[in-house]
Amino acid sequence: MSNLLVVPFLLPMVVGAVLIFFAKHHRLQRIIAGLTGIALFVFSIYLTYRVYQSPEQMIHLEVGDWSAPFGIVLVGDMLSILMVLMASFVGLVCLFYGFKTIHIERERYYFYSFFFFLLTGVNGAFLTGDLFNLFVFFEVTLISSYVLISHGGKKFQLRESFKYVVMNMVASAFFLVAVAYLYAITGTLNMADLGDRVAMLDQQGIINVIAIIFLFVFGAKGALFPLYYWLPKSYYGPPAVITALFGALLTKVGLYSLIRTFTLIFNQNPAFTHTIILVLAGATMIFGVLGALSKFDIKSIIIYQIISQVGFMIMGLGVFSADAIAGSIYYITHDMVVKVALFFIAGIIIQLTGTADIRKMGGLLKKYPLLGWSFFIAAMSLVGIPPLSGFFGKFSLIVSSVGEGQYVIVGVALVVSLLNLFSMLRIFMNVFWGEETDITFALSNKQVNGLLRTVIPLIAVTIALGLGAEPAFQYVSAAADQLMNPTHYIDVILP
Amino acid sequence: MEILIALLIGVLFSVATYLLLTKSLLRIVLGTVLLSHGAHLLILTMGGLSQGAAPLLGQEAGSYTDPLPQALILTAIVISFGMTALLLVLTYRTYKAHQTDDLDQLRGRLDE
Repeated sequence: MSNLLVVPFLLPMVVGAVLIFFAKHHRLQRIIAGLTGIALFVFSIYLTYRVYQSPEQMIHLEVGDWSAPFGIVLVGDMLSILMVLMASFVGLVCLFYGFKTIHIERERYYFYSFFFFLLTGVNGAFLTGDLFNLFVFFEVTLISSYVLISHGGKKFQLRESFKYVVMNMVASAFFLVAVAYLYAITGTLNMADLGDRVAMLDQQGIINVIAIIFLFVFGAKGALFPLYYWLPKSYYGPPAVITALFGALLTKVGLYSLIRTFTLIFNQNPAFTHTIILVLAGATMIFGVLGALSKFDIKSIIIYQIISQVGFMIMGLGVFSADAIAGSIYYITHDMVVKVALFFIAGIIIQLTGTADIRKMGGLLKKYPLLGWSFFIAAMSLVGIPPLSGFFGKFSLIVSSVGEGQYVIVGVALVVSLLNLFSMLRIFMNVFWGEETDITFALSNKQVNGLLRTVIPLIAVTIALGLGAEPAFQYVSAAADQLMNPTHYIDVILP
Repeated sequence: MEILIALLIGVLFSVATYLLLTKSLLRIVLGTVLLSHGAHLLILTMGGLSQGAAPLLGQEAGSYTDPLPQALILTAIVISFGMTALLLVLTYRTYKAHQTDDLDQLRGRLDE
């Protein structure tokens, strides 16, 4: 019964391997990939329902029937299963956008295989209950991302992906270092067992040190403040689908791991560890939005917005109350959807006008109204305007921070939101309003609407998440309660 | 014994850091290799360097060395092997495309 938990990463793995055989038949590849994407999405909806309905609101699988601390366990609790659901949704949408925009030469060189291997790594990282297994799934994700980010081999891509790869290899080496230290102290690698044993230790100093190494590792993968420098340029190289997929999934894996480890294992001394997280969150917001304001390139602006939003997502963990973490989870869910929509629209605009510089564009709204208003809704949702989903995440984060007396971060978050609004409106005003420039449009209105068909579901989800905030918040609050009570997790895994 | 190995790991890490901060692409690759050597040795050391037979049940010894870190290292070695192979090819392609291995010239300007 709980064998169901292997499907979210086993299915893409098998399909990715099968697709290697059909590399030169792009039509067959697309059919298999599309059907798999749909199957994965439908299955993860079912799995989410099963987890929500199960008595502990958590299902777990002991792989190979070895009981918990000795074998590998897979754990689907409410947070991880929500992440799996969103990852398969984003994967599905990206797949269909990819059918329309990816060049056939890229498809012939195993694009879909690596796409599914990336999903394997991401879903596996969400579902695992073992620290070393998390490392392995991180590497599965990363090595597919190395290939996808340098796929195509343009000069710019090669240069920037070298830096990306080296940066991530260093962070991975430090992941091993952190695992080694933690193993030396506790003698276990299972996360539930770790949570149990770390709580019993009385050596707070060394645990703090290890917590900071983990913060460094996951911060580097999730693009936190001093460690985000690799992101803007390396994400700029590949086509819009890949950037959207990376922006939605890769940083989120880092953030998910931060939330998991810092609620389950390193929850002993929040005055030290979580204050550092809070400071980093504030700095990440500020520096991300400053980067976005300094650019005139539409893709660069949205890439810097990834960094800025990471700050909001990690802010809830820094505040460390159930409400704040619920806000963070809601924000991560919302951001996955909106970020993909924005990258898709930016991709369409670049394809349409042949330039990425917003100063050279103008008056697109008159000719392409649907494109313009989709962008407007996505941008307003990103900034957090009330009926849309971005508002409720920020609202919950800010209210809970005020409740905990963290006024500085509230001030930073509000100012950064204002600057976010400014940077998104600057795109809207430059690109969609104003006089038409002498750009010749490469696509007809019909073609643009065809590409927009993959953006519409994303826009619908952000509106639905906003209008249906009540049930959505019930879910994320339950997930946050689970995270704030790690004893429940430990009791389920280690009976 | 652990202290000696810890010192060795420290030397490996510092050399790796030094190499990672140099300008040449190939030295950086060597830096990542040394870094992963250090990390693997660290896992072995942190598992404890106690005396004991190799973890083979056929040896019928009184005590065995800890098998878990060895399995972890084996996994990590294979992963870093794959990564290094990819990175070397990437370095070669970058060198071919840009005709330089100097990171100063690979910095990238704003106006491309």
